Amino acid sequence: MAGNPYEAVFNQLLDAISTTLSTTLTPLSGASSDSSSGSPSGSPSDAYAFTAFLAGENSQFTRFNSAKVRQSGQVRDGQLTLTLMSPERSTTASVPFIGHFETDWPLTQHALAQLHADLPHLPVDPYVVLPVAAESNASADNPTQYPAPASSREVRCGKILSAESVAQTIIGPVATLNFSGLYAGGLCYRAYGDSAGNRHWFETPSFTLDYSLFGDRPDQAVKGTLAGNHWNLDEYQKGIAAACEPLKLLAKPVKAVVKGAYRTYLAPAAVGDLMDTIVWGGGLGEAALRQGNSAFDKLARGEVALSNKFSLSEDFERVSVPRFNRNGAVAPQRLPIIQNGQWVNALVNDRSAKEYGTASNAANDEEAMRAPVVAPGNLKSDEILEQLGTGLYISNLHYLNWSDLTAGRITGMTRYACFWVEAGKIIAPIENLRFDDSLYRFLGEGLMDLTENLTFLPAVDTYERRSLGGMWMPGMLIDQFRYTL
Amino acid sequence: MIGHLTATPGKTASVTTKFKQEPQQNTAQFITQVTTRSIEETLKQAIAQIDLPADWIGMRAMRTNSSWRAMRDGRPQQNERGFDQGVMVEVLAEGQFGYSATNQLTPEALRSAAQQAYHQAISSSQWAVHRFTQAVRPKVTGQYISPYQRAFSDLSVGEINHLLRQLCEQLKVSPNIVRTSAIARSHEVESWFVSSNGSDSYQKQMMLETHMGAIAQAHGVTQSRSDNGYLARSYQGGWELFGNAAAGTGSTHDLWQRARRIGDQAIELLSAPDCPNLTTTLVLAPDQMMLQLHESVGHPLELDRILGDERNYAGGSFIQPQDFGELVYGSPLMNVTFDPTQVGELASYPFDDTGTPAERQYLIESGVLQRGLGGLESQARLNVPGVACTRACSWNRPAIDRMANINLEPGDTDFESMIGSIENGVYMESNRSWSIDDQRHKFQFGCEYARKIENGKLTIPLKNPNYRATTPQFWRSLTQVGDGQTLQTYGTPYCGKGEPNQLVRVGHASPACAFENIEVFGGGQ
Repeated sequence: MAGNPYEAVFNQLLDAISTTLSTTLTPLSGASSDSSSGSPSGSPSDAYAFTAFLAGENSQFTRFNSAKVRQSGQVRDGQLTLTLMSPERSTTASVPFIGHFETDWPLTQHALAQLHADLPHLPVDPYVVLPVAAESNASADNPTQYPAPASSREVRCGKILSAESVAQTIIGPVATLNFSGLYAGGLCYRAYGDSAGNRHWFETPSFTLDYSLFGDRPDQAVKGTLAGNHWNLDEYQKGIAAACEPLKLLAKPVKAVVKGAYRTYLAPAAVGDLMDTIVWGGGLGEAALRQGNSAFDKLARGEVALSNKFSLSEDFERVSVPRFNRNGAVAPQRLPIIQNGQWVNALVNDRSAKEYGTASNAANDEEAMRAPVVAPGNLKSDEILEQLGTGLYISNLHYLNWSDLTAGRITGMTRYACFWVEAGKIIAPIENLRFDDSLYRFLGEGLMDLTENLTFLPAVDTYERRSLGGMWMPGMLIDQFRYTL
Repeated sequence: MIGHLTATPGKTASVTTKFKQEPQQNTAQFITQVTTRSIEETLKQAIAQIDLPADWIGMRAMRTNSSWRAMRDGRPQQNERGFDQGVMVEVLAEGQFGYSATNQLTPEALRSAAQQAYHQAISSSQWAVHRFTQAVRPKVTGQYISPYQRAFSDLSVGEINHLLRQLCEQLKVSPNIVRTSAIARSHEVESWFVSSNGSDSYQKQMMLETHMGAIAQAHGVTQSRSDNGYLARSYQGGWELFGNAAAGTGSTHDLWQRARRIGDQAIELLSAPDCPNLTTTLVLAPDQMMLQLHESVGHPLELDRILGDERNYAGGSFIQPQDFGELVYGSPLMNVTFDPTQVGELASYPFDDTGTPAERQYLIESGVLQRGLGGLESQARLNVPGVACTRACSWNRPAIDRMANINLEPGDTDFESMIGSIENGVYMESNRSWSIDDQRHKFQFGCEYARKIENGKLTIPLKNPNYRATTPQFWRSLTQVGDGQTLQTYGTPYCGKGEPNQLVRVGHASPACAFENIEVFGGGQ
């Protein structure tokens, strides 16, 4: 135990759900297939299965503007997502999780009863995947042993700022700077359990600090992030000091660059912005490829290749997030997606595997990457400007979207510390530019090199709840990157 | 006042869990009977018992009952119910607000949350961006319930799935349709607001979000078409919004017709030429005007963006405080309102999440910027006029400046006359791509479907239509505004903003509009 009741209460709930399913609920046998529902005929099975996924946090948020506190507060939240399944049907409900069994069980029990009532009235779902004991304990000595449930438990320790000390600690080193951003910290937990006995628990204290230092113009800033399990004031102060250097360059007169194609260096954060678009909405999953919803169809079919310098992998050894997904499937430690410009693997979840008759690699429901890593290249950090020569140095990108998904074309804006470079020297900050280019070009013949070092970009988004993990990205040198406005 | 009053909220009830085979259950109010005391009473009791040297204390409870139903290619993709509840406790002390949000709805937990919120306020008050008073939390009393005709309980889970499967069948007009999808999501969002200065309000928003889509593929070409954009048909109301499908009233004819047209147009686009690259007259349908208004009028007018609160995340604005009352934002035909009084539009409400009464206001009148989108806190900080739009996505996020219903008022040009007046141009429908810079200036938007305008007539379909411009240049190029007959209302549940991040629902109504000298272009590499 790590000093909180959550794991114990979650296990109590799993036991109570199992007991209720095996002893209390009326079997589904004999349930009519309601003609008004249009459900096809079929014999609902007596067998029930369930999965339960838990996500929660105790968080402190402090929002800064101009080195002052705009809003500050705490959030204690948890959500249990329960799925009830028969071999042919599946239905899901989510309820609050407080961490107090006497409060949580009535809500969970009520949800279970409602799901039980719904289930026979749903149409047959041919792609239901029931939970199974996931780990084989068969051996050479005893090859016939039954599979055993999988389990994992990862409880991390750390030391982060107390809620009352955040404002003073963060503002101290930036009191004279035009500093804006968000500190988010506290406990996060994720867990999974099912009727086959599989159990996973993950909890960690963590924080992220996502900030910008502004210069004289409202659209000119330097962006920084800091994240981890242990707050380190020295590391924070060094980050601020490093961010102040390019801030001096932003004080130079701004150059308006006309639209056109320019050699461009994308710093790791800008590459991260591109990859965020690609790994979430680009269609790296089996379902997207099969359903005409992917930018990678041509690559996956082998009709084209990207630059052999480009490799993209899912790597849970480098990006620390739970490997289990909402359905209890545990992803491999490392899964290459694109290797040296060639398509290697689609992300496949258990449901797609059943539908398309292919092997699962335990992808999540969205078949999106959770631990993306782009392989490094040979570009040394002290040679970036020299290799760039004349062109654009882009620190961040903003508001990216697919301008033509199936053609792999992405548009977006430059943002923050972006500079015009001539003969290997930074000349001036630029007015923001719009780019619109195809990944088949800028990750193909346009990709000149990648930096030899990778940078960790923490996931700082907080939609619904704080994110975990992040991505490892190099910088990229691209020839003739296309700017259109 | 919009909406109407129905049942009295918050009555004491007991647990009613049942474990026998049930007949088909209704789809609304998944869990309402599990709290042993009413939320309203709990909030009042907690506030009465709090003993803190605070200037003001408020509690905003929210309870959400949702259902998500989706079919893909006629097979179940999602059948999910969601129940969520919690309380946002806010405390004003030493001129600073602190908050603490919890999903534990007991007086003890709420008192503890109030203590935490107080300490948050005190520990950060030294660095407050502004010294607030309780004037930014006016006393509010009242109730609101979204108007509706057919309750969400009127359709069983089986009936909803059946309807969605039928829609998939209607969408598949050809073997070249490789994917069909149909989605229906219902939400009942209740909120209670109780405060130390006497606020006592209740709001219940009933919302239905629907979607239909088809993807067509042939000869290496892929094209998509949907029901006015992803989940664009999002409204307040009940099942009557989905083709009168509930309880056998009315007809589903319009729904089937829409589904078949989506399928037909996806197929049509497979053989259509790309949108040409040229500068021309652009006519936008109301379903694309929704996005145009949202990105290039709504967001830049948000006062918290102008104040810099958003600049680390969503960005700032090209609007300056001195622009209000002065800046010529668009042509004299441009009249934009903040209108929370529109019955059925997605973000209608009588008061915002801080208790400020909401009313219709002109944001832009005859092309001139009049007021911003900011609540009482931002108005006090910036000293410019705003509206009642301080909103939160749920109980677990603090309220900030948000859009609500932002509408372009109709003009007097009928659609036929508008197209008839254009010798050469492009007409675009239904958003599929959106991108704009962090000052809301340079944008590029893409649509699902376009037609050429030649000699005053809509002619051949065009695929992959896109356009780009800068915000003031674009709106000053507005030359024709459609009349009330062309006005259509849409919404989206996905307006993202804030730190911590929040998604809120917004509504947009607009007539068809024509813009001169706009750069349009097609897709491909």
